[in-house]
Amino acid sequence: MKTATLNNSIDRRDFIRLSALASGGLVLGFYINSNGEAQAAESASGPGGSFAPNAFVRIAPDGKVTIVSKQPEIGQGIKTSLPMVIAEQLDVDWKDVTIEQADVHDRYGSQSAGGSTSTPNNYENFLRVGAAARAMLVEAAAQTWGVPAAQCTTASGTVTHSASKRSLKYGALVAKAATLPVPDAATVALKDPKDYKLIGRRITGVDNPKVVTGASLFGIDVRVPGMVYAVYEKCPAFAGKVVSANLDQVKALPGVKDAFIIEGTSNLSGLKPGVAIIADSTWSALSARKQLKVIWDEGKVANTSWDKFVTEAKELSTKPGARVLRKDGDVDAAFKTAAKVIEAEYVYPFISHLSLEPMNCTAHWNNGTMEVWAPSQNPATGRALISTTLNIPQEKINIHLTRSGGGFGRRLTPDFMIEVAAIAHKVNAPVKLTWNREDDLRHDMMRPGGLHFLKGAVDAKGKVVAWKNNFFTFGNAGPGGLVSPGSGGALSPDEFPGRWISNYLAEQTVFDTGWPMGPWRAPGSCVFAWVIHSFIDELAHAAGRDPLEFRLEILGDKDEMAATPPPAGAKGGPAAPYNVARMRAVLKLAAEKADWGKKKYPKGQGAGLAFHFSHRGYFAQVAEVTVSKEGQLKVDRVISVGDVGSQIVNPSGADNQVEGSIVDGLSVLMLQELNIERGRVTNVNLDEYPILRIADAPTKIESHWLKTNNPVTGTGEPAIPPVAPAICNAIFAATGKRIRQFPASRTDLRWS
Amino acid sequence: MKYTLNINGKSHTVDVAPDTPLLWVLRDTIGLVGTKFGCGIGQCSACTIHLNGEPTRACMTRVSSVRNSKVVTIEGLAEESGRLHPVQQAWVDLDVAQCGYCQAGQIMTAAALLRDNPKPSDADIDGAMADNLCRCGTYLRIREGIKRAAGMTAGKEATQ
Repeated sequence: MKTATLNNSIDRRDFIRLSALASGGLVLGFYINSNGEAQAAESASGPGGSFAPNAFVRIAPDGKVTIVSKQPEIGQGIKTSLPMVIAEQLDVDWKDVTIEQADVHDRYGSQSAGGSTSTPNNYENFLRVGAAARAMLVEAAAQTWGVPAAQCTTASGTVTHSASKRSLKYGALVAKAATLPVPDAATVALKDPKDYKLIGRRITGVDNPKVVTGASLFGIDVRVPGMVYAVYEKCPAFAGKVVSANLDQVKALPGVKDAFIIEGTSNLSGLKPGVAIIADSTWSALSARKQLKVIWDEGKVANTSWDKFVTEAKELSTKPGARVLRKDGDVDAAFKTAAKVIEAEYVYPFISHLSLEPMNCTAHWNNGTMEVWAPSQNPATGRALISTTLNIPQEKINIHLTRSGGGFGRRLTPDFMIEVAAIAHKVNAPVKLTWNREDDLRHDMMRPGGLHFLKGAVDAKGKVVAWKNNFFTFGNAGPGGLVSPGSGGALSPDEFPGRWISNYLAEQTVFDTGWPMGPWRAPGSCVFAWVIHSFIDELAHAAGRDPLEFRLEILGDKDEMAATPPPAGAKGGPAAPYNVARMRAVLKLAAEKADWGKKKYPKGQGAGLAFHFSHRGYFAQVAEVTVSKEGQLKVDRVISVGDVGSQIVNPSGADNQVEGSIVDGLSVLMLQELNIERGRVTNVNLDEYPILRIADAPTKIESHWLKTNNPVTGTGEPAIPPVAPAICNAIFAATGKRIRQFPASRTDLRWS
Repeated sequence: MKYTLNINGKSHTVDVAPDTPLLWVLRDTIGLVGTKFGCGIGQCSACTIHLNGEPTRACMTRVSSVRNSKVVTIEGLAEESGRLHPVQQAWVDLDVAQCGYCQAGQIMTAAALLRDNPKPSDADIDGAMADNLCRCGTYLRIREGIKRAAGMTAGKEATQ
């Protein structure tokens, strides 16, 4: 996740002019791979001579501009921001642009919205898509007028030749432009960023008019003629198998059309065993489900529980961990000679994604083709899973991408897609599968919990001299028996402050669980940043040092920290270096904006700070809190400074991600915890799994951006990791109480 | 059972089981999908509609209990001309939504708040909106949006 290089090198890019429309429009395609030409020729015209909109830019003779958005929209605002990049270079007014959501097709390259990669993987490409279309329109005008293209300018969808006072709108030029050669992607002229009119402007989300009027938009809103409704009961214990079910009784219930067992697989991210009920409405299906009685084979997972693992971890914590992740110097020797040594234990539970739109999906098995409407973050993996599980060729699976009511990583796993496909495979009608909230919490791809047993030391001058982390995490045994951590459970050997402290030891033990885990917004980073920056704060206070100055000393004077080279024979190249200069800059600016060290807070109030680098973004945050004597926490203000490169494409969307990350981080810190007993989640709706309400949201959030001469990258994830530690450090400053366990609602914050 | 419902000023006759929540009648039977399913137990308020003007959880409202009540959903909030309700307009202007899934419920609750309390304080807003959960964390813009809508309503009244 920490590579700063773009995925696609320029020499592999090709522009393809798809076709001149019958009506004379201009269509520009853009392909990641140079073998895209055949696909383009095949797909440019749709059935019956109609046009299949498969390119990124389409300009009609009436001047209407359509930009196709290929990435899944999950609330991160990508359907607005990436088309803005094309529109900027194309030089059209935003009000004249219509955005269309793309279906899933290889012609678009990757359509995965994960790891905050949508922007860094597409930004440069999209600049060039827009610029190439503009260059062709300019050339068309120049040829029409018999003047050099260099003398023509563009603005608001119009080409102008000032010397002869002539101008033509793009719509009038598309027929000619479509006959011209496509410019070379690598050398097409781009606008000077100082001339940007759209990039950097606050633009409201393109779907907002539909959102506020309740128009059909989300996966759960899909309605297909003749559609039936399905629910799918899975074993409460993870991936348990069906022994038998009272299918005949269920089939006789009102509105029920069918009920059947799906054997399923043992793949925790795939098709789990269960019982499908098909009915004439969602409510008929849900009602019938209440009468469903299933005998399950729960398997050995029923012997597992969170509490047992915690007990085991505590017993093992005094011994060396199963694996050494990083060892520099000699921590034990340093602890013996240090001025102060402190120890602390940090614990966080498993949590759920809790996208407010429950998992759902619609599919139709029709004449050997599987048609799917999916609120997915990564539809291609869903297509692959459907293909392998049901033995349907990938080209016979068509996926329509809908807006998602929240993603947070949950919809990267296509379990809900294979479920509906497996059901639709047995039903002679389009089927919409809807999970209820209980399904959603019972069968999430959970964020793994963890325990960190930390020991650190400072010397007589208050400088950190040793750091030891004995880390316990959770995973599953793969082929060959090797137990790998779940997503976000792998602590990188290079995780800060590894590399910065001369005596450093990080060890890891992974428990084999049988529990489903998956990526949760800024996997790993969001928990490691809390542990690390809380413990740094503990060391700073032990040393009697200011937390800002203490951190700047740890970061040191070097502007770059090289990544540790991968071991010989490992896949992939070396990771990107950590740009210490960028981190120092955001940290100093956040402190400055917060008047760090200048403000005096009465007891019960205080400020804390933290920083973190993840997903190519450098973020520092300062939180100010008030804790009442009764222990009630109010976050008064959070100041966030982010460096995600040279441009903030849509500041409204970027700030939304920061504001959302801060509320999300606070919600997880304060409230969220899955209870896992006997291999199942036991708190399965919002009454038992609360999330933050409006009154507990911070009073104020200030989002600042430091623009630097670096590639433009994403904001969906890197703003969340510093939130929890900044707030916890502020709580300590206010009360002297250190939060070492999530959720913080378990810590008594009363003071006197 | 057959029920005749008054939804957004129009009469709809539906034939469903008496215990069917209004939420599913709206979504599956009538095809008004703006009212959202989030929890099914009245905890998230994504399904908020107006029942005789009162913000009500459609997932907890049995169709048999609706009778002659006037139901207004998010689809019926704007004026017939298409002119958005001030809360809807403020939501667009301020780009309040992230994923947008909870926003129909947020907007319905906010519209009722402003009708009863045209100039709500922060505490009034936090109180009225307490049961409407937003997983994306748009709460700060929701506060701002309600204040902006309050300003628009005030402006409209002043010019009338």
